[in-house]
Amino acid sequence: MLGLNEPDAGFRFDLNTRDSGLHRAMGALIICEDVWKVYQLGDVEVQALRGVSLQIERGEFVAVMGASGSGKSTLMNLLGCLDRPTRGTYWLDGRDVGRASQDELAELRSREIGFVFQNFNLVPRTSALENAQLPLCYWGLPLREQRARAAAALARVGLSGRDQHYPSQLSGGQQQRVAIARALVSSPSILLADEPTGNLDTESSREIMEVLARLNREDGLTVLVVTHEAQIATYAAREIFVKDGQIVSDRVTAAAPAGRS
Amino acid sequence: MTVVTAFRILGRNRLRTGLTMLGVIIGVGAVIAMVSIGEGAKAAVRAQIASMGTNMLSIKPGTSSASGVRGGQGGAVTLTVADALDLKKKVPLLKEIAWVKKDVLQIVNGNRNWNGEVNGISPGYLTVRNWDLVSGGPITDADLDAEARVAVVGQTVVENLYDRGEEPLGSTIRLRNVAFTVIGVLAPKGHSAGGSDQDDIVFIPFTTAERKVLGTQFLGSVSGLYASAESQEELPEAVEAIQEVLRVRHRLQPEEPDDFTIKTQVELAKVREGTSQTLTLMLSAVAAVSLLVGGIGIMNILLVSVTERTREIGVRMAVGAKRRHILIQFLVEATTLSLLGGLFGILLGVFGAQATAAIAGWPTIISPDSVFLAFVFSLAVGLFFGLYPANKAARLNPIEALRYE
Repeated sequence: MLGLNEPDAGFRFDLNTRDSGLHRAMGALIICEDVWKVYQLGDVEVQALRGVSLQIERGEFVAVMGASGSGKSTLMNLLGCLDRPTRGTYWLDGRDVGRASQDELAELRSREIGFVFQNFNLVPRTSALENAQLPLCYWGLPLREQRARAAAALARVGLSGRDQHYPSQLSGGQQQRVAIARALVSSPSILLADEPTGNLDTESSREIMEVLARLNREDGLTVLVVTHEAQIATYAAREIFVKDGQIVSDRVTAAAPAGRS
Repeated sequence: MTVVTAFRILGRNRLRTGLTMLGVIIGVGAVIAMVSIGEGAKAAVRAQIASMGTNMLSIKPGTSSASGVRGGQGGAVTLTVADALDLKKKVPLLKEIAWVKKDVLQIVNGNRNWNGEVNGISPGYLTVRNWDLVSGGPITDADLDAEARVAVVGQTVVENLYDRGEEPLGSTIRLRNVAFTVIGVLAPKGHSAGGSDQDDIVFIPFTTAERKVLGTQFLGSVSGLYASAESQEELPEAVEAIQEVLRVRHRLQPEEPDDFTIKTQVELAKVREGTSQTLTLMLSAVAAVSLLVGGIGIMNILLVSVTERTREIGVRMAVGAKRRHILIQFLVEATTLSLLGGLFGILLGVFGAQATAAIAGWPTIISPDSVFLAFVFSLAVGLFFGLYPANKAARLNPIEALRYE
């Protein structure tokens, strides 16, 4: 427990050396090299990311931590192919995201990425099944297969039997599990969860994190959770701290169970 | 798939969907009803003109002028049966030529009487003027030769001189105390373009009229000649030929004006059809405006919908929807709204046209063209007014859309 909740100077790496020097294996799922993201807000230039280098292997469970405004959301958007870096390169599964067109980004999101949001973002007045089915309707799969996969995904997060419930009829934890099912349904390479427990009580938070941990453990799913709660980060096997648009700490922590008390 | 999605999304807010469609429903309904009323009016006018004979021309005697006092049209007795026979010989364009002598007389059947128009006619008259018989036979050449006392009566005369169910055929009517046997009954023709009752008429042989009933200043003088050409297109040529022949026959000097007037129905037909065409256009224009308003309603509600569903659009983009998918989805929603509205509108329009026909007694014609056009137009309205909101939705930045509150 000690030292896990706060970034400690003693754990810091020299990241640039570490990433570009040692771990430039092309087999990694995510490789970021000196990634910058600069926004132009009127006359002001905002440097949201300032030279981030990062590598994530398949099957990892990573927590990205940082205060609000630290750039962790920008990093999340980049890793999720919602945006492209201003400078630097980002390879997702060997593909150069920086060069992808808007349509190619959409295709990458469709096949490689599963999103889970803080506020669930389910489509209102639409059943859990149809919500979970949503990514597949852009694949052109037969309706029956879409339904079967969505139902399987719902079962995987422990929601079988609630297929026809509307979001408004489900608790927050259940809604978030529908959202996880929606992220799983396309069998993505990585699941990106942006403050997945931000709107949930402690008990539901624990449930959701256990679902994510189980998916990581049993299915080998790569999971990346953005959070500012140290408690949540303890589920992950690796913690990355972001501050002022840079990674200030990246360390492998003791495996999850110990952190759950 | 997208269509199913569109239905589901529209089904989420039925009241709003219904109200949005109402704009298109009323628009399309109005177009269909108005066009069918206009078409009905046009057809009625056309039928009326056809009943007068579109390939027909009439020749009336001109004005008489004695010591500077000019009589009205037809005042002179310059036109004769001999003119007609000569025209028949010299103007081959004329298919048929007939002559008539008319006056208004008291018609008596037993103890009942009625004042109606009595026409002494040549046998060709009924053909030239498109008269049909419902029973009995026409006046023949033999009747003219024999100065037979036979009559063919119109429906109005029948209604006023006979009881319901009483058979006019074979009965005797009196004109100026001359007894006539009714040998034929005319089919009804309705009112003329000028508004007079064309069925208020009795036909008798020309010779009988001239010598026994109406009397005459000059033997062979007529109230008018009626001729028919093969087609409407030949009429102008026929008019010129007739003019030439008659001027020679009447020994008119080049500086003298015609002592007769030739009229065709072509101008009248053109004016009347033009009027009803204008009416149709005007009604359709008003209706089209309401369809336009319906389209703006669709655009309005879709813009609201795009704003409301910004987060949903963000989610759809995040899970892999391309801009194209979002664009198509909103376009399909717009066209579903407008097409459904169009379908209901067609029903409303057909119902409206029939109700108008039933209540106001106006003839209405629902043309398949107008139904098809309304349908296509409502589709176009949906596409046109859906394009802006759909484009707006497709251009959303997914990151901002996801963060939208």
